[in-house]
Amino acid sequence: MFENLQEKLQRAFKSLRGQARLSEENIAEALREIRLALLEADVNFKVVKELIDRIQAKAVGQEVLTALSPGEQVIKIVRDELVETLGKDTARMKFASQPPTVVLMAGLQGSGKTTTSGKLAHWFKAGGHRPLLVSVDVYRPAAREQLKVVAQAVKAQIYEGEVGEANTATVERLVKEARREAIVSGCDVLIVDTAGRLHIDDELMNEMQSLKKLLNPSEILFVADAMTGQDAVRSADEFHKKLSLTGVVLTKMDGDARGGAALSIRQVTGQPIKFIGVGEKYDALEPFHPDRIVSRILGMGDILSLIERAESQIDKKKAEEMATKALTGAGFSLEDFRDQLRQVKKMGSMKSLIGMLPSIGPFSGLQKAADNVDEKQINRVEAIINSMTMHERNHHEVINGSRRKRISRGSGTTVQEVNNLLRQYAQMKKMFKQMGKPSFARRMAGMKLPGM
Amino acid sequence: MIQTLFGSTEEKKTGLFERMKQAVTRTRENLAERIEEVVSFGKEIDRNTLDDLEATLISADLGSTTTQEVLGKLRDKADRKQIKDVQELKRLLKEELLAILNAANTTPVQRVSGTPEVILVVGVNGTGKTTTIGKLSQVFRAQGKSVLLCAADTFRAAAIDQLEIWGKRTGTEVIKTKPGGDPSAVLFDALQAATARKTDYVIVDTAGRLHTKTSLMSELDKMRRTAQRIIPGAPHETLLVMDATTGQNGLQQARQFTQSAGVTGIVLSKLDGTAKGGVVVAISRELGLPVRFVGVGEKVGDLLPFDPKEFVDSLFE
Ligand SMILES: Nc1nc2c(ncn2[C@@H]2O[C@H](COP(=O)(O)OP(=O)(O)OP(=O)(O)O)[C@@H](O)[C@H]2O)c(=O)[nH]1
Ligand SMILES: Nc1nc2c(ncn2[C@@H]2O[C@H](COP(=O)(O)OP(=O)(O)O)[C@@H](O)[C@H]2O)c(=O)[nH]1
Ligand SMILES: [Mg+2]
Ligand SMILES: [Mg+2]
Repeated sequence: MFENLQEKLQRAFKSLRGQARLSEENIAEALREIRLALLEADVNFKVVKELIDRIQAKAVGQEVLTALSPGEQVIKIVRDELVETLGKDTARMKFASQPPTVVLMAGLQGSGKTTTSGKLAHWFKAGGHRPLLVSVDVYRPAAREQLKVVAQAVKAQIYEGEVGEANTATVERLVKEARREAIVSGCDVLIVDTAGRLHIDDELMNEMQSLKKLLNPSEILFVADAMTGQDAVRSADEFHKKLSLTGVVLTKMDGDARGGAALSIRQVTGQPIKFIGVGEKYDALEPFHPDRIVSRILGMGDILSLIERAESQIDKKKAEEMATKALTGAGFSLEDFRDQLRQVKKMGSMKSLIGMLPSIGPFSGLQKAADNVDEKQINRVEAIINSMTMHERNHHEVINGSRRKRISRGSGTTVQEVNNLLRQYAQMKKMFKQMGKPSFARRMAGMKLPGM
Repeated sequence: MIQTLFGSTEEKKTGLFERMKQAVTRTRENLAERIEEVVSFGKEIDRNTLDDLEATLISADLGSTTTQEVLGKLRDKADRKQIKDVQELKRLLKEELLAILNAANTTPVQRVSGTPEVILVVGVNGTGKTTTIGKLSQVFRAQGKSVLLCAADTFRAAAIDQLEIWGKRTGTEVIKTKPGGDPSAVLFDALQAATARKTDYVIVDTAGRLHTKTSLMSELDKMRRTAQRIIPGAPHETLLVMDATTGQNGLQQARQFTQSAGVTGIVLSKLDGTAKGGVVVAISRELGLPVRFVGVGEKVGDLLPFDPKEFVDSLFE
């Protein structure tokens, strides 16, 4: 794992203490670090340039605040700028005045259009609508079959039709038929899944334009993969030029991609990111939160979505308890630690979870540890805690040398492993305490405070 | 073995390389132009020139670490040799990139003669695994080899049907199970059938999975162990299919898939778009994984062998 941006900035700003204002000179190094962080997160390099210019313009001349460290102060400026770029509004779907509302899916091959069509059908249904699905991907093998399976899975209606020849004429006929079907069967939303296409494929881009003319869609959604690199601007730009997109869905956000493409795409299209895809299941569609992805892009973790994910997958009450305990720093015992490990195990990947935590100070150690941790190791840690008495679990400081020996014997581990665990636990406890402190709370929440 | 797959006749080779060059040149035009632009302006190599070169490599998805390393070396050489000539600078830059790609040469396990060669195809969701398998199958069939396809993506909707269509297109039988079935079980069936029939190649399609999902990654490990039990040394080759549009996350993908699934080579797909696929340079540099093939379209013939020299050369043509 790379060094956290905040740590780097702190270093870059050592020389700044005692100076009254941020100046072009004294923030140069910090801006270089920010630039690298953004590039590493796959934000397009031209977009990075523009962002850095804007950040510089905002930062230079600002008074060095006493409340925040200069590093924090710059992070706040960066964060505000990125959040603003991504757009603050929580996006909504537009509906046609005359049903059916048509949603046209667009994007490169394999970006997630078909899956997202299913997720949207599910989402519309949950909102009390009656969606009709249709696939006009007559090109990719079994693409239409795929949407059929998806429709069954989400229990949504689908218009199948007959393909005949795989060409644009067929595609046009299919959408016309589907639209008629929607009206006849009283569906108020028509979701049109299309074949993946390259933005430089004129023939297929023309087909898209013709679909747009035929359908007059309320939404044309560009479905893009969160792992996309520098090319995101090219494809998004071309799609937008030819189709005037109305929104973006960023898929595969359940991975560990930093998601810099979000910034690139938003910057070149100016269109809001409406949803993110967070899994292969059909309910794995979430509204987009600019502030969260900004933390992710900057490598500052995302406590909020960690807690949210914990909530959705674990016993909710327990998660709340854990979060309160952790955030107030009130006695986070080894017992709680074990609980948490069990939950982590339940949730699957420890690494991706810890990756969502900011890697400041003690966290960075944790992340490094996580890289070496596997499920077997979690089991060993569990065994160690199991071998402790209740008193020891709640008062770790009593665990002296001879107790350590006993615990290691009881759990079939080595004293070294017991030591490691206790060290890790102490780190975690310390970090939670810090999180509870006002300075940390402000650091997390302060990003949203106006002015400062 | 698999590397020499396309080398059957000299004539064919030229044709393929020509096509690869075209495909790559098309996508690289921008990069080449920009480098040209950048280096021909400056009379001497100053800091600005190198900064612009950096932007150029970064925009090709090489990532800042690799870019910085390559440019660092270039800087040193340029300083040492007092190079101010644009062409010479380009040549040196090419050399650096080529050195990285050439150093990557993990070799697949040799098969025991008389047993099938097993090729496991893995990658994150939607990168082009199934399509690549269809194309690969065509390549082997054209060489007169017998091939069995194994539909071990039992998870994604209609994934089996998709592979079956590729099977029909290339005249290859597909061993399958019902949707939702156990991937290792169908692999077991396929390998037994292949052993009995003395099939030359078995190509295994797997469900796309994010490298962060531990349980899905250990499923791949289980499949490998299954393969090993039936055919010694299998899987002989494990290909990671990577979408050329992938950014820096590609490195993480390569790391994790190598760790869990023992990747031996990369297929860089969708190079017919405008994306540069430069992350493979970073991957070669860090993990020593070679790129074996590039995908340049959705048709059955759109798979080409990767040649580092052609690849790097075409960057600057
Ligand atoms: N332009 C282009 N498209 C490709 C290429 N290779 C694959 N595709 C397309 O990319 C999309 C995804 O390809 P698949 O072969 O289904 O990918 P996969 O990795 O098997 O996908 P999952 O099994 O869903 O994870 C399809 O629309 C393919 O037609 C290529 O080289 N160029
Ligand atoms: N992990 C994950 N996989 C996704 C997500 N969205 C789509 N996929 C997968 O990505 C692959 C390609 O998706 P598909 O919908 O077929 O893409 P299309 O070619 O654009 O229609 C499939 O394997 C999907 O299961 C997501 O949000 N997370
Ligand atoms: Mg599709
Ligand atoms: Mg597939």
